[in-house]
Amino acid sequence: MEISYYPGCTLKTSAKNYEKTGLALLPIFDISPVEIKDWVCCGATYSLTSDNLMYQLAPIRTLIRAKESGNPRLLTLCDMCYNTLKRAALFIENDEEKREKIKNFMDEEETDYRGDEVEVVHLLTLLNEIGSQKISEKLVKSPLDLKIATYYGCMLLRPKEIQADSAENPQLMENIFQGMGVEVVEYPFRTECCGSYQIVNRREIILDRTKKIISSAVKNNADLMVLSCPLCDYNLEATQKELIEQDSNFKPLPVLYFSQLLALILGIDPEINDWSLHNIDPTPVLKRKGLL
Amino acid sequence: MAKQEHQNIMDKIASANKSVTTGVDEKDIEHWVTIYIMGDEYKVPADLTIMQAMEFAGFKFTRSCGCRAGFCGACSTVYRLKNDYKLQTDMACQTRVQDGMFLVQIPFAPADKAAYLINEETYQPNIFIKYYPEIARCVSCNTCTKACPQDLQVMDYIQAALRGDFARVAELSFDCIQCGLCAIRCPAEIVHYHVAQLGRRMYSVHGLKKEENVENRVKEIEKGKFNQDFKKFLDMDEQEIKQAYRDQQKSKEVY
Repeated sequence: MEISYYPGCTLKTSAKNYEKTGLALLPIFDISPVEIKDWVCCGATYSLTSDNLMYQLAPIRTLIRAKESGNPRLLTLCDMCYNTLKRAALFIENDEEKREKIKNFMDEEETDYRGDEVEVVHLLTLLNEIGSQKISEKLVKSPLDLKIATYYGCMLLRPKEIQADSAENPQLMENIFQGMGVEVVEYPFRTECCGSYQIVNRREIILDRTKKIISSAVKNNADLMVLSCPLCDYNLEATQKELIEQDSNFKPLPVLYFSQLLALILGIDPEINDWSLHNIDPTPVLKRKGLL
Repeated sequence: MAKQEHQNIMDKIASANKSVTTGVDEKDIEHWVTIYIMGDEYKVPADLTIMQAMEFAGFKFTRSCGCRAGFCGACSTVYRLKNDYKLQTDMACQTRVQDGMFLVQIPFAPADKAAYLINEETYQPNIFIKYYPEIARCVSCNTCTKACPQDLQVMDYIQAALRGDFARVAELSFDCIQCGLCAIRCPAEIVHYHVAQLGRRMYSVHGLKKEENVENRVKEIEKGKFNQDFKKFLDMDEQEIKQAYRDQQKSKEVY
């Protein structure tokens, strides 16, 4: 089965590990992702200004190109892209007047677009559709005695209209990993905000949040953390180095994209990971748990 | 140089620069159109290019004019047509006048070009952001693409630059003539053609495989394989060179 694929800019630059491992999972389940041609940056944040439609153009253009591709199911891996594309689609679907206005502005686009023709789907949703049982059948390495903390952040779960799972108690990652015998630890900050773009000018906010989130996961005996958002990954992973320098009591925790861990468990060549992209080296714990 | 000879050369240069309509009697011109150059009305022959029409109207180009063949990108023109809201862009030397054209020439696109040593840069996607961080302001409005007289997919190559896809930037921007119309229309104030040039340079220096035959030929040149032949040509007088050229043209060998 073919599915349209929208990578977004980050997966092509700083989150290459996510793209490589995420896409490597799909052929196992007979899914071929087809990258849509000449996609544009989604804008990274959904614009809330109702009177400046310019910021809606980028995600809408991408949705149009997905429609043109003939595979109207559009796979994303990045939570920011998921959020932006999905909300833009909803916006244009629900507001006919604004839709017409945007259409008139983009008068060079040949394809008419209403907002409901393309279904944006996140990789986690797709894997949940496949189901944990089917995924577990492909299990190559039994990850005995592995405890992970899942982290969802905001973009996949909020706002309600576009959420991929419950914002209170999401289970997308739990379903996959528990089904194959990985223990998912309980801790209270799975859906806490990582601080998002505050990293640009209020770094201390991110440091504060990372400390809280990571320390909580460590206290609950997690061996590592898995997540699906490149910005959360940057905030929760890269800033740990600073926290180590600031506080000798801070215990770091390796952070991986969920697809990296899943790929290891399903026996995909670990070489597709570039471990040097990690600030907190996950290889010792992965070796200890027999995954490397 | 004798004074008379100098005068002849200057006459030749002057006549080469004349509009093509020079010497045609106005009463022999059948079709006329009315155009507006910077607000003033002019009647001009219908089959002229914008550039020729402006010269016919009495304008002398000291800027906004270069190769007159659509390659150099100097003669950026912006215009509207009567009863049409669209702002159009074209090369003045490549576009025919139309009745009711409101015209202006763009003498120059102001832009700062980043300085870099291409051989010292690493082949990493973030180089575009390093030198042209404003490309992250692109909202995909596509105004640049609409402005391009070469019909390039300008927005798409800026987006390719944003994700560091050197090959795609080079491929999509290859026919850019650096006229600057994209840059003066862009609401995000991006200077597209400089970004594209950085992309093409990076791709050719770091991305493309070196061609073996070119490398070999460079080595041969450096070793002096062709020094003898060069000397032979340098020693020839004008007639001999002309003859050698004619002989080469007659031969089937194509270089």
